[in-house]
Amino acid sequence: MNAILSALEWFARGEQWSGPDGIPSRVLEHVWYSLLGFAITLLVALPAGLVLGHLRRGRLAAITGFLVTSSANAARALPTLGLLILAVIWTSAGDLVPILIPLVVLAVPPVLVNAYAGVRQVEPGLRDAAEGMGMRGRQVLLRVELPVALPLILLGMRTAMIQIISTATIAAYVGLGGLGRYIVDGYARQDYDSMAGGAILVIALAVAVQFVFAGVFRLAVSPGVRAPRR
Amino acid sequence: MRLPALAAPGDDEPLIRWDWIERNLGDDIAEALEEHLVLSFTPVLLGLAVALPLGIACARWRRLYPVVLATTSVLYAVPAIALFVVLVAFTGLSYSTVIIPLALYTLSVLVPGVVDGLRSVPDHVRQSATAMGFGTLRRLLRVELPLAVPVVMAGLRVAAVSNISLVSVGSLIGIGGLGELFTDGLKRDFPTPIVVGIVLIIVLALVTDVLLLLVQRLLTPWERAGRADRAARKAREEALTTGGGER
Repeated sequence: MNAILSALEWFARGEQWSGPDGIPSRVLEHVWYSLLGFAITLLVALPAGLVLGHLRRGRLAAITGFLVTSSANAARALPTLGLLILAVIWTSAGDLVPILIPLVVLAVPPVLVNAYAGVRQVEPGLRDAAEGMGMRGRQVLLRVELPVALPLILLGMRTAMIQIISTATIAAYVGLGGLGRYIVDGYARQDYDSMAGGAILVIALAVAVQFVFAGVFRLAVSPGVRAPRR
Repeated sequence: MRLPALAAPGDDEPLIRWDWIERNLGDDIAEALEEHLVLSFTPVLLGLAVALPLGIACARWRRLYPVVLATTSVLYAVPAIALFVVLVAFTGLSYSTVIIPLALYTLSVLVPGVVDGLRSVPDHVRQSATAMGFGTLRRLLRVELPLAVPVVMAGLRVAAVSNISLVSVGSLIGIGGLGELFTDGLKRDFPTPIVVGIVLIIVLALVTDVLLLLVQRLLTPWERAGRADRAARKAREEALTTGGGER
């Protein structure tokens, strides 16, 4: 317990709050990498998941469905640290690009699967009603299927964001900035206060992300859909 | 299978050096694998041991569940490396530092599984059991828990597979099973151990997943019979209705 208390004193030290290794700039770095990875993930996974869920007929749709669902299980088995290190050793490009690849690869499956499953689970009656009202495929997707699937989609996005924050922390080991620096550098210096301080900041960031998503859920999900479905 | 020898730019280091694997298979790799197995399966067992009674309690006392659910879902969102570091203050650099957080993750996945599984038991089944003279405990052990097995096992598979990949993160604090191969590879700028580590972790996860699926099938023989029955009935129905719709 004393170790945790002395880690809390770490926060009180003046030098922690300024300069490139200060808490504000490390938090900003971490948020910036995470948002960058998140934006790329959404650009890749969200349209793909929505469209694959929308096109539900035919054998091809069944095969893609199987592939999408198994990608989520496979992603769980992939060791983050191994991928990061391999990407860095392999490509000798600038420091951000090889790190962004595993960041995105690990975050795509939850968004993809949840968007896909969310759209597929829309009741056929709703879809028929929308078509009966004269909506075209794209309108059905954007005005009916998307709003109804939104709770699941947001859940997938939250999982992805948490995954990204965690991967970005680990990426400090291969030279990325951000909060992981405190943990990795602290371990190298045998400075537990710095490690624990970094860990506490990462936990705070992860909890903050949960709150942000809870807020977005309240604002964006239609009250009619919000009622627990199961 | 022969992997293409992809060279990193600037040097001729191949992705895989088979002779390194041969030389280190016996001691380094086997040791890392053994540590990895201990670090990933102990938390699964611990998590299961706590999740079963906790889930049963949550299914019984409804007010308890929202509190437990809120705690576990926040906990589940905390990155593993942060929990490992916090645990160092309490357990030092020991196996427990990795095992306890992973057990907590397992718990977070399993408790909702146990509760959903128990709640999915239909009322008429519960009443039949009571009518047959089952007491509360016997009904729980002989009827409700077995019926909850598929949902619990689904959670257990997720937890086991993610534990297996998460253990490697522990190598950042020096306790990482096969993850040690990753840090070793980076220090020496040598890809072979990294590839070996990744492949072993994926294979371990896959084998575990399949084994747990087999255990589930052994534990729930009625599911299989049910499926066969349903399939047979469906085939009969389809034979009767000519033309056949889309669904």
